[in-house]
Amino acid sequence: MGWLPAPVEALLDVALVGELAVVGPKGRPIVHPLIPLYDGEHVYMHSSTLFSKKLEHIKRHPQVSVSLSDPIALRGSTDRATIQGTARVIEDDPHSQWETLILELWRRKEPVIDSFLRQRVALPLFFERAVIEITPERCLFWPGGDTSRLPLISTPESRAA
Amino acid sequence: MPRVDASHLAALDRYPFVVVSWVADDGYPLSVATTFQTDAARREVILREPAGESVAIPTDRDVNVIGSHIRPTPGQGYDERRYLQLWGRTSPPSQGRVVFAAARAWGWDEAEVPFFEYSERSVPQSRRYLDLLSAQAGRRIRPRLSLGWLILRTTRLPFLSATVIPVLLGILVALRHGAFDVWLALLTLLGASLAHLAINVSNDIFDTLSGADAANVNPTQFSGGSRVLIYDLLSLRQLVAVALALFAGAGAIGLLLVAITGSLTLLWIGIAGLAVGIAYTAPPLKLVYRGLGEIAVALGFGPIMLLGAYVVQTGRLALEPFVASIPVGILVALILYVNEIPDRTGDAAAGKRTLPVRLPADTITGGYLVAALAAFAVIVVGVAAGLLPWPTLLALAAVPLALRIHTGIREHYNSPYTLMAVMGTNVNLNLMVGALLLGGYGAALLASALLR
Repeated sequence: MGWLPAPVEALLDVALVGELAVVGPKGRPIVHPLIPLYDGEHVYMHSSTLFSKKLEHIKRHPQVSVSLSDPIALRGSTDRATIQGTARVIEDDPHSQWETLILELWRRKEPVIDSFLRQRVALPLFFERAVIEITPERCLFWPGGDTSRLPLISTPESRAA
Repeated sequence: MPRVDASHLAALDRYPFVVVSWVADDGYPLSVATTFQTDAARREVILREPAGESVAIPTDRDVNVIGSHIRPTPGQGYDERRYLQLWGRTSPPSQGRVVFAAARAWGWDEAEVPFFEYSERSVPQSRRYLDLLSAQAGRRIRPRLSLGWLILRTTRLPFLSATVIPVLLGILVALRHGAFDVWLALLTLLGASLAHLAINVSNDIFDTLSGADAANVNPTQFSGGSRVLIYDLLSLRQLVAVALALFAGAGAIGLLLVAITGSLTLLWIGIAGLAVGIAYTAPPLKLVYRGLGEIAVALGFGPIMLLGAYVVQTGRLALEPFVASIPVGILVALILYVNEIPDRTGDAAAGKRTLPVRLPADTITGGYLVAALAAFAVIVVGVAAGLLPWPTLLALAAVPLALRIHTGIREHYNSPYTLMAVMGTNVNLNLMVGALLLGGYGAALLASALLR
């Protein structure tokens, strides 16, 4: 099961956008605003094959971070968090594997996705997708979102202790 | 990746905060949100220093600063999607501030590049990724659609209404002239439909090979082709096989109809139809590439379809079906005409010199009005001359719709995605006029039956 602090799990449950930071080929950070999903253990993000460069970056350098920071995208919550972890790209069948893995989580957060999915014929490549499964390893949390204050840092070990 | 200029800094000012990211010594990216001010003249972003050693922004490596925004719209997802990220280096913190000197920038704003265009521009990346994935997996991984959707997309099935209307109208004119055979009517409808779908598919093949479809980054549901080759939903070999099968089916039915009716006129009409359909995009004529696409379409979906259906039933040509075919042909040609407007940039890049490529917006917009009104004028003149039954004047009820489309073209000429609604209305105009002409002929037939 997961170890993330409850307020961070609450942010993950409502977030419409989180900034996924990956490491590019020249060692620079590259940031992608994506919708994060959470199953109580892993953070899931996903990417159409149309915008798949990030997947290539992750496969080369699987360490990533996810920042939850925008009150608008967090449905009014002003708390902020950054989750660092190791990502795995799941891409055996970009046509339908993501539906099995994350569609239910996606639907819960964004019910409108079903109506888009029914129009798959209009934009078929958008729905060819890979899943990014992130195992959290460290979390920084700023209650109230004020990063001029020290973050609360937690890890699986600190949670266990 | 573009170098940063003052416009990027001005764009960053639209965001209330930024997220600063860097790759920490342990290899993990680390991100922290903070507030900022920009100094456009010096291409600098002044960041408020986050508290604590754990999030101390490094000065010895590249740092990323991103502003992003969405507007959630309940029940519809979200809009106003935009982000802008800058890369550069920071100076050591001073008085709680960190100076970030921006060097490179990258971003997307759907107000500037609509999502559908952004997606189309990314199609080569999708193909590259899937090719790489296929190589890694040792098997071909390609995008898919269910068979039903694939058939619909490949053949552009909804456009079949352009065939159904003239064929039914030809059959009704023949019925009014006392000739009707239901099996011949059904065979005509099937053969003409297969010919239309075959031409749709072959046009797609030639437009893809010419580069016209790939150059078009603003396809809509009405324009830009089926894109099954561009998206790799089918291979060229598969699509050629589909086209040949459809042509074979259409040809077989056409020859069967010629054999049953014994009409050489029908044979020539069929040959003319296939020739115009293929020459529409195929070399050496490539009619649509020379600005002659509208004439080809008007001939194909007007006189050729309608007279063909009439000749199958009666075995002869006549003036009335020819006159009836003129407004039908013009309105189908106007579907193409309007659909070419959003395609004009891609078409021009591929050397496809359609009318919207050749002519200015005002001429194209005015040309629509003239052609649409000419279609209605032909009906009025046809009735006045006693060639068309007077109930076909019902079609004039569609004049306000044509005027609305003309206004829509003028207002949305430069916006492919808002023009899409106008294109849909233009298709409806063809359906409406077709239905009203059919209704007019139906009423005339009913009246003559009652008065007999």
